Amino acid sequence: MSLTRADVEHVASLARLGLSDDELSTFQEQLSSILGHIEALNELDTAAIAPTAQVVPLTNVVRADEVEPSFSQETVMELAPETRDGFIAVPAVMGGGEGESA
Amino acid sequence: MSLPQDLTLLTVTEARAALDNREISASELTRAYLERIEEVEPAIHAYLHVMQDVALTQAADADRRIEEGTADLMTGIPVALKDIFCTTDAPTTAASKMLEGYISPYDATVVARLREQGAVFLGKTNTDEFAMGSSTETSAFGPSRNPWDTTRIPGGSSGGSAAAVAARTAAISLGTDTGGSIRQPAGFCGVVGLKPTYGRVSRYGIMPFASSLDQVGPFARTVNDAALMLRAIAGVDPKDSTSVPVDVPDYSAGEQDSLKGVRIGVAPEYRAEGMEAGVDAAIQSELKRLEELGAEIVEVRLPHTKYALPTYYITAPAEASANLARYDGVRFGNQVEGDDLNDTYLKTRGAGFGAEVKRRIMLGTYALSSGYYDAYYVKAQKVRTLIKRDFDEAFTSCDVIVAPTSPTVAFAIGSRTDDPYQMYLADIFTIPANMAGIPGISVPAGFSDGMPVGMQFLGKAFDETRLIGIARAYEQAAGWYQKLPDVATT
Repeated sequence: MSLTRADVEHVASLARLGLSDDELSTFQEQLSSILGHIEALNELDTAAIAPTAQVVPLTNVVRADEVEPSFSQETVMELAPETRDGFIAVPAVMGGGEGESA
Repeated sequence: MSLPQDLTLLTVTEARAALDNREISASELTRAYLERIEEVEPAIHAYLHVMQDVALTQAADADRRIEEGTADLMTGIPVALKDIFCTTDAPTTAASKMLEGYISPYDATVVARLREQGAVFLGKTNTDEFAMGSSTETSAFGPSRNPWDTTRIPGGSSGGSAAAVAARTAAISLGTDTGGSIRQPAGFCGVVGLKPTYGRVSRYGIMPFASSLDQVGPFARTVNDAALMLRAIAGVDPKDSTSVPVDVPDYSAGEQDSLKGVRIGVAPEYRAEGMEAGVDAAIQSELKRLEELGAEIVEVRLPHTKYALPTYYITAPAEASANLARYDGVRFGNQVEGDDLNDTYLKTRGAGFGAEVKRRIMLGTYALSSGYYDAYYVKAQKVRTLIKRDFDEAFTSCDVIVAPTSPTVAFAIGSRTDDPYQMYLADIFTIPANMAGIPGISVPAGFSDGMPVGMQFLGKAFDETRLIGIARAYEQAAGWYQKLPDVATT
């Protein structure tokens, strides 16, 4: 399995990872090599095998719908890199620099 | 018993008795560990944060509690925590620049349980970044070193927790095991490492890596100590819906002196190519010892063992790529501001994550992406079924399976960092148990090239009491755990 440069750029964009040119080259090579090892799985015929996503003998764990104490707004907001008027602030979604459009 | 001059030589079981009999105080014990940390930590770097003030306060509280007669299992016992366990009184960084300086507003459930019991927190230990690695070399804050030879890695990802117990800078410690991250470093550092059954211990408040595989467990100097710690932390937690509501037994109750009548499964698939001759020799000799102790060695087949590593390197990165989406620099953690929101995500994640974490996010994102999901992710889940079936079948003819923990002893710092897949091979014998969700314990089993060799015992799901009983009978007869490394002090 050999990944193209465009594949690697596409995956980085899906994962929201800003990668340098060097990183893109390194990952292109390394991911191709790792996927080569993973191809060993194709030796197995799994057409009739059910997938296993998890191994605990539990399904649909729910709790009573009761209000419980939680963190104060202040506690949670203190963790955010940037806040404004009791909200978490982020840069504009559509680009274009400064402004209240966020 | 007569007390050693150096209190860090006590096992947890011995320290518990000495505390309860008022032969020592929790404050004395804690100071002994803090002094030991000062002496050997520069050579080992097991810790990212030492919690000296917290520890001394907790020790004084523990002494009051012992005085009142309300001591619990871990009251006054100095514990080290892997730095992916959230704590309200020390940073939790996951050894990542993304979370440098981050202090959680809540404790992980296991941390809260230890706190309630009056444990003493010595500090937060080094790990591979977000628990992704086999050596601690992916830590953003530099690798830890193996107490048996400081030019070598301690293993990983929970390498700091393993090194701390081996170097006696903690009485006991906690780590997580997603593909071997407890058992592998325990083997490399010559200590006991226990990965409980998936679902046995709550993961709430522990930074997730691969949620269908992650499990919490102890590093200890003896099997008995590990059993005590498991009892202290195990049990259902409403905050972790994968924790299973089963009884928490006294795991140390399965006491057995001989192994008469115990059926030990040995699989030829765990004597693979690439295994070091010294490791193979040590394991073969210990298998003979098990037979001499009365165990019956039964050959079992685990034919899908060789597919566990490729299965893992689809499943774990896929789950990681989803789990690590939360680190976007908006609600918490560090942010690098960009031109717009998307650019901020790109820059924050590009600068915050190290190479191994990025590699796994990329691999997982690829495996889950449109057009590749069935070929990789679903395929891996199907092979996971086959791996689990192998164990189900094997356990119809044996009580436990015994295998080397790793194919080699601890390797030199820097020797595998250029080739990711070479590094991944360090976990080839530990990954299958995670895929099947079964418990495993690595016990010191001799030496090769002057470095410790670990041997793992794997049991049926939720059969820890028997697993621990068998591992302890072996440990006590073999006695390898009594050998301690001679760490250079400053």
